[in-house]
Amino acid sequence: MTRVRRWLPGLLLVSPSIVLIGVFVYGLLGWNFKVAMTDKHDEIAEIPGKFVGLENFASIWSEDRWGLSVRHSIVFTVVFVGGALVLGWLLAFLMEKGIRGEGGFRAIYLFPMAISFIATGVVWRWLMNSATGERAVGLNRLFHYLGLDFLQWQWFRDPDWGMAAMAVPAVWQMSGYIMALFLAGFRGVPEELREAARVDGCNEWQVYRRVILPMLRPVTLSALIILGHISLKVFDLVVAVSGKQIITDVPATFMWTAVFDAHDPAKGATIAAYIVLSVVIFIVPYLIWNARRGNR
Amino acid sequence: MAAVAVSTAALLTLTACGGDAKESGGGEAAQKKVEVFSWWTGPGEADGLKAMREIFAKQNPNFEFFDAAVAGGSGDQARALLSSKLQANQPPDTFQGHAGAELQGYIKGGKLESLNSLYDELKLKDVLPQQLVDQISVEGQIYSVPVNIHRSNVLWYNPSVIKDAGIDGAPATIDEFVTDLEKVKKAGKIPLSIGSQWTVVHLMESVLLGTLGTDAYNQLWAPNADWSSAEVTKALENFKTILSYAGTPQDDWQPAAKQVVDGEAAFNIMGDWAYGYFHNPPDGGLGKESHKDFDWAASPGTDGTFMWLSDSFTLPKGAPNRDGAIAWLKVAASKEGQDAFNPLKGSIPARTDADKSLYQDYLSWSLEEWSKDKLAGSIQHGVVANDAWRSAINDAVGLFQQSQDVAKLQEALVSAAQSNNQ
Repeated sequence: MTRVRRWLPGLLLVSPSIVLIGVFVYGLLGWNFKVAMTDKHDEIAEIPGKFVGLENFASIWSEDRWGLSVRHSIVFTVVFVGGALVLGWLLAFLMEKGIRGEGGFRAIYLFPMAISFIATGVVWRWLMNSATGERAVGLNRLFHYLGLDFLQWQWFRDPDWGMAAMAVPAVWQMSGYIMALFLAGFRGVPEELREAARVDGCNEWQVYRRVILPMLRPVTLSALIILGHISLKVFDLVVAVSGKQIITDVPATFMWTAVFDAHDPAKGATIAAYIVLSVVIFIVPYLIWNARRGNR
Repeated sequence: MAAVAVSTAALLTLTACGGDAKESGGGEAAQKKVEVFSWWTGPGEADGLKAMREIFAKQNPNFEFFDAAVAGGSGDQARALLSSKLQANQPPDTFQGHAGAELQGYIKGGKLESLNSLYDELKLKDVLPQQLVDQISVEGQIYSVPVNIHRSNVLWYNPSVIKDAGIDGAPATIDEFVTDLEKVKKAGKIPLSIGSQWTVVHLMESVLLGTLGTDAYNQLWAPNADWSSAEVTKALENFKTILSYAGTPQDDWQPAAKQVVDGEAAFNIMGDWAYGYFHNPPDGGLGKESHKDFDWAASPGTDGTFMWLSDSFTLPKGAPNRDGAIAWLKVAASKEGQDAFNPLKGSIPARTDADKSLYQDYLSWSLEEWSKDKLAGSIQHGVVANDAWRSAINDAVGLFQQSQDVAKLQEALVSAAQSNNQ
């Protein structure tokens, strides 16, 4: 009885969120996978769709558009995650050196995070206008004024590296946040440790290389997870910058056209399932690693 | 009592929590609501809707017009919401849709009522062009009332830019067009302006029509049509050639069209909504003068053919207020309603007996062509290809913009036709 009294109130307290998350997150996730394994390729007709196993998951790889959007997603992820990590780390490193007016700088670099990807996208669509030469506007115009005409390029309309350009606004937006994470990480390294390392004859570079960086590993991993899952499901930024054009197609925009333009729920669900799975690949190792650390 | 019932009905609609909407209608004394679902919220079109709404209110004092418009230019958001409402069997009383194949999914799904009896009652078949009636019929049944007609195959050009390039007038054939594009290129202007991906699909439909001719183009949408023919290959080669003269893609159709009136570009192929954009005074448009700042012609090779698209209204099965919906359809089909709506929207009426004096400048040209031209349906704007097919064509063109591979494009178009044409 007393044992029940101990856990029951707690359970009651969390049960609404357990139920809600159970239904609206995991329940619908399960439903999505179920739809993805049927042949319901017509949204309006009231046929439930037959179970076809993994057929949709296999057949989508024969579509040119899918291959392209996966490639785009990979380019975007590499540039965005790499760019934001490096830039965020660099900003934190400079900040950590005790710059005057640090609070102000911190706020300035963090501000972009308060803007939605949609607003960022609308502004950067103009900045990254692909017109060059006399008709250039935005950044290309700026390059022209600075006499750096050779830097003008097509931005997100470049057939090969367009998605790298698409990652630029995302890096701009998120690197401040990564800076804040790293700054907290830097501050978490006790001064005594650094001093001890210096006494042992480390130069400043070695202090960072051997002492501080290894201690930043958990922060780096969290940053990687956060950026990675944002990147794999990116949708709003792409739509705001270029709309649903093939040239900047990513799985999430492909899913949108499959569901709402082509009225093909099974295909849309298949793409959604792939997006979830790709995020899972990022997150599960993190959870395992976290659990192991907790046990220790 | 009636008030209570009405407010309960309102609550039910607000929360959209099931319940049978048919039973929750108000008492007899109250005005019955007619929910009209559209995406007409922009300048011009919203005014046109208001004008029709006033006529409706005058003729039907016992019905109350309820405007369920969802904002968003081409109706993307509206259609997404609509299909979820129809799936849940909670249709609005009537909804806007592009006439033609775009409605096919709803028709096949059994979501729409046939309007043949209404057509007979109003003798609509006598006042609508026969070809239009044929092209929107599905197995002898008609499911929508076309309110307006837009033209897709219009070549907009800048008279002074082409004059400077040594061109006498608008090109009449695809070959002349290519020659002219080359001349403009040499003169240092953008030969052809394009916008985002859908404007390129729009360009392709005009090139297909211009190369194949009207009959062969219309044949492409018949069952078992041959998309792999040499003629289609030639049309796609033309498309590739023409596209090679295109300027940097702009964000959407407006900035692309603006390049023409600004004198940066010579040609642009866009639907006739561009006219309103050019001609209307700021802020609604650019306030340009026709025949001076811009001019138009049928897109190359398509003179004598009107590639049309049309907004129409439908009668969903299980409409909560069926009588109200039919009353609305009657207004939408009437000469009075169409003549009130179209001059404001910048389109022409589907009826051929419209009051010609209301349509000036471009619209009078368009009305003239409408009454005598052969008809062909637009791809991008939902007439000839259903949503899935159109979406597949869009994918194929988007991929082609990068690969520039005509054979691959044709292959994709063939397979799109095979999987969607029934």
